[in-house]
Amino acid sequence: MKRILILSSALCGLAFAAQAAEVNVVSWGGAYEKSQVEAYNKPFAEKTGIKVNMIAADNPATPLKAQVEAKNVTGDVFDIEVSDAIRLCDEGALVEIDPASLPAAPDGTPAAEDFLDGALQDCAVANIFWGTVIAFDGSKYSGEKPSTAADFFDTAKFPGKRGLPKNPKRTLYLALIADGVAPDQIYEKLSSPEGIEQAFKKLDTIKKDVVWWEAGAQPVQLLADGEVVMATGYNGRFFDAMVGEGKPFEIIWDGQYMDMDMFAIPKGAPNPEAAMEYLKFATDTQRLADQAKYIAYGPARKSSTALVGMYQDGKTEMAPHMPTVADHMKTAVMDDPEFWADHAAELTEKFNAWLAAS
Amino acid sequence: MAQALDPHAAIVTEASGLAPEGALKTADGQPLARALARSSRRARRRAFLLVLPLLAFILITFVLPIGQMLQRSVKNDGFSANMPQISAWFHANPRGTEPDEVAWGALAADLKASAEAKTIGVVGTRINYEMAGTRSLFTSAGRKVRDGLAPPYREAVLALDEKWGDPKLWSVMREASSPYTGNFYLAAMDRTRDAEGNMVQAPEEQRIYIRLFMRTFWLSAVITCTTFLLGFPIAHLLATLPMRKSNLLMILVLLPFWTSLLVRTTAWMVLLQQQGVVNDILVWLGVIRDDQRLQMIFNQTGTIIAMTHILLPFMILPLYSVMRTINPSYVRAARSLGATSWTAFRRIYFPQTLPGLGAGALLVFILAVGYYITPALVGGSSGQLISNMIAMHMTQTLNWSLAAALAALLLLGVLALYWVYDRLVGIDNLKLG
Repeated sequence: MKRILILSSALCGLAFAAQAAEVNVVSWGGAYEKSQVEAYNKPFAEKTGIKVNMIAADNPATPLKAQVEAKNVTGDVFDIEVSDAIRLCDEGALVEIDPASLPAAPDGTPAAEDFLDGALQDCAVANIFWGTVIAFDGSKYSGEKPSTAADFFDTAKFPGKRGLPKNPKRTLYLALIADGVAPDQIYEKLSSPEGIEQAFKKLDTIKKDVVWWEAGAQPVQLLADGEVVMATGYNGRFFDAMVGEGKPFEIIWDGQYMDMDMFAIPKGAPNPEAAMEYLKFATDTQRLADQAKYIAYGPARKSSTALVGMYQDGKTEMAPHMPTVADHMKTAVMDDPEFWADHAAELTEKFNAWLAAS
Repeated sequence: MAQALDPHAAIVTEASGLAPEGALKTADGQPLARALARSSRRARRRAFLLVLPLLAFILITFVLPIGQMLQRSVKNDGFSANMPQISAWFHANPRGTEPDEVAWGALAADLKASAEAKTIGVVGTRINYEMAGTRSLFTSAGRKVRDGLAPPYREAVLALDEKWGDPKLWSVMREASSPYTGNFYLAAMDRTRDAEGNMVQAPEEQRIYIRLFMRTFWLSAVITCTTFLLGFPIAHLLATLPMRKSNLLMILVLLPFWTSLLVRTTAWMVLLQQQGVVNDILVWLGVIRDDQRLQMIFNQTGTIIAMTHILLPFMILPLYSVMRTINPSYVRAARSLGATSWTAFRRIYFPQTLPGLGAGALLVFILAVGYYITPALVGGSSGQLISNMIAMHMTQTLNWSLAAALAALLLLGVLALYWVYDRLVGIDNLKLG
């Protein structure tokens, strides 16, 4: 009996020791998760001996909120969008992160200056910038190819179905851009009933030609199947299909919608020290530049840009595929988390009512 | 009452009633009545212990979550718990009272306390549910008042943002000052409250839930009808064909039933999409031109087709089990007495299948009303059901109270139908197999 007791408590001790040396990272799955495994997790495990468990979620903010509410947090680091990071921080669900504790750039520039604008929030640190862009199948056009957001809405000139995400955030802005609104006036427009009406009117012109998608993998599939001729989607996914699978897709950078993905640590995380260590390691200059080797998302640090090299295939230069290149930023609309925190519910309701009225 | 039904207990009552004085005794000298009562108690306890795991399982996985959901639909203490002083002022002063300096002071103190406790986002989110655009009002005020505000508070708070003077905002805050509210149910029925607290219809472009409820019930009814039309002949064949053939047919019915729901839904996508198999065949046959491919999926048609296919076994199996027990000699007797085959079917055969039909229809309808994944995948914009809206509020807008209210209304609708069914057909006539 005694022996069993000793044995079992020793086993328990072992189990706890094993638990201390791991960190659970909740991310988005797909090619994006793979890039994180390659660029962050493998070198991190090698350097520290801490095991990294990747958990995929449709939107990691959903399990985060559920886990914090249930007071049963199982994830240590969550990869979430900036709007969710700000909201969850305001709600007190996240641990605050001091920018001074993050590693400086190789040339000594402190982290607070090295990160792009908005990349450091009270409770979260950005790792990548990504764009929602329009892509089309180049092999379907022999003559003039579409090149602007306005062409996306021009079904007379470029007939065929369009793929759009089924949410107001990534549709209304595009309608306004196509209608000639300047990128820096989008949110001003969307704050007024007239602006919202203008956006829906523009969407009305292609409503019957739209195939709505919900998951990030769908637009790529819809394009590949020929179900649509143009679709908006995440630039990294299109890049993967173009370079990784050799699909004849082309990207229109006009009117791209820029988002950040951020790392955040929930309060009550099971392995807080390991989580913080992981977060610091994953957002240093080299790691962020390394990630671009596996996926076409722009690093959140200025010092990383110079280090971005070739794609993992060894022949594709990554810089022209980065959403953060100056040329691609000209008509880019930056995500405005404050605006969406205020208006997401209202606009989602209007958007769904508009959808249902068919 | 329960005791009287228990045969042991009946004997005990009788035994004690018959011989109250010189009571019967068991071999070891115990009064028989007590020994019997004890043994029956033990039997009951054993029986209870046997069902205990199931009872606990049902409690934990079914009753508790549903109870919690119902509670969430009427309770949201995001404002009241984090803004205690202003909530107390609302309770002390009736609706219509102009906010005085005490109220503004309470608001300023609550904002500061809430900002320090990092709960200001929760407060803002709660108010934003009922008045769009106010969340940032709270969070930005929270950032500014960390150093505290000086009296006069009215001017000080209005200096942060003049939106704080909006009477509608004060009305919404009053509504939220008590943790229990029916406003989520109002929102779930496209209603809202104006600045005076009166119930009004939501603006035209925001009315959606009633329409979706109607569509959900309508589509479910259509799907129930199509499963009946398709399932009835198959069930009849299954029940009447010789064993060997009917077994083969049964496998054909069950095979899709055993296949993953997602696989079947995606299979329909492959078949029905514009570049899909069905359209390809139609173009190849020359029925339609290449630029006229039919839109059969990502709309209501797709939802009806895919859901009919997926729910078909739930109609066929109860019908089959009832049809198998129908004695064929009744129909033969009717025919021999001169009835046409149609009359024999209508007057003799069909009425006997009603219990199975009722069970199948109820099963299919209730499953269809709550269906989520298939409409989400193939429904496009016109084939969305209310469950997709519930999922959206659960995962995207994170307004769980509204999601709970919508789910509760759906549950209520199903219960009402169940009641109607019980009244019309009688729930005892239900035969599931």
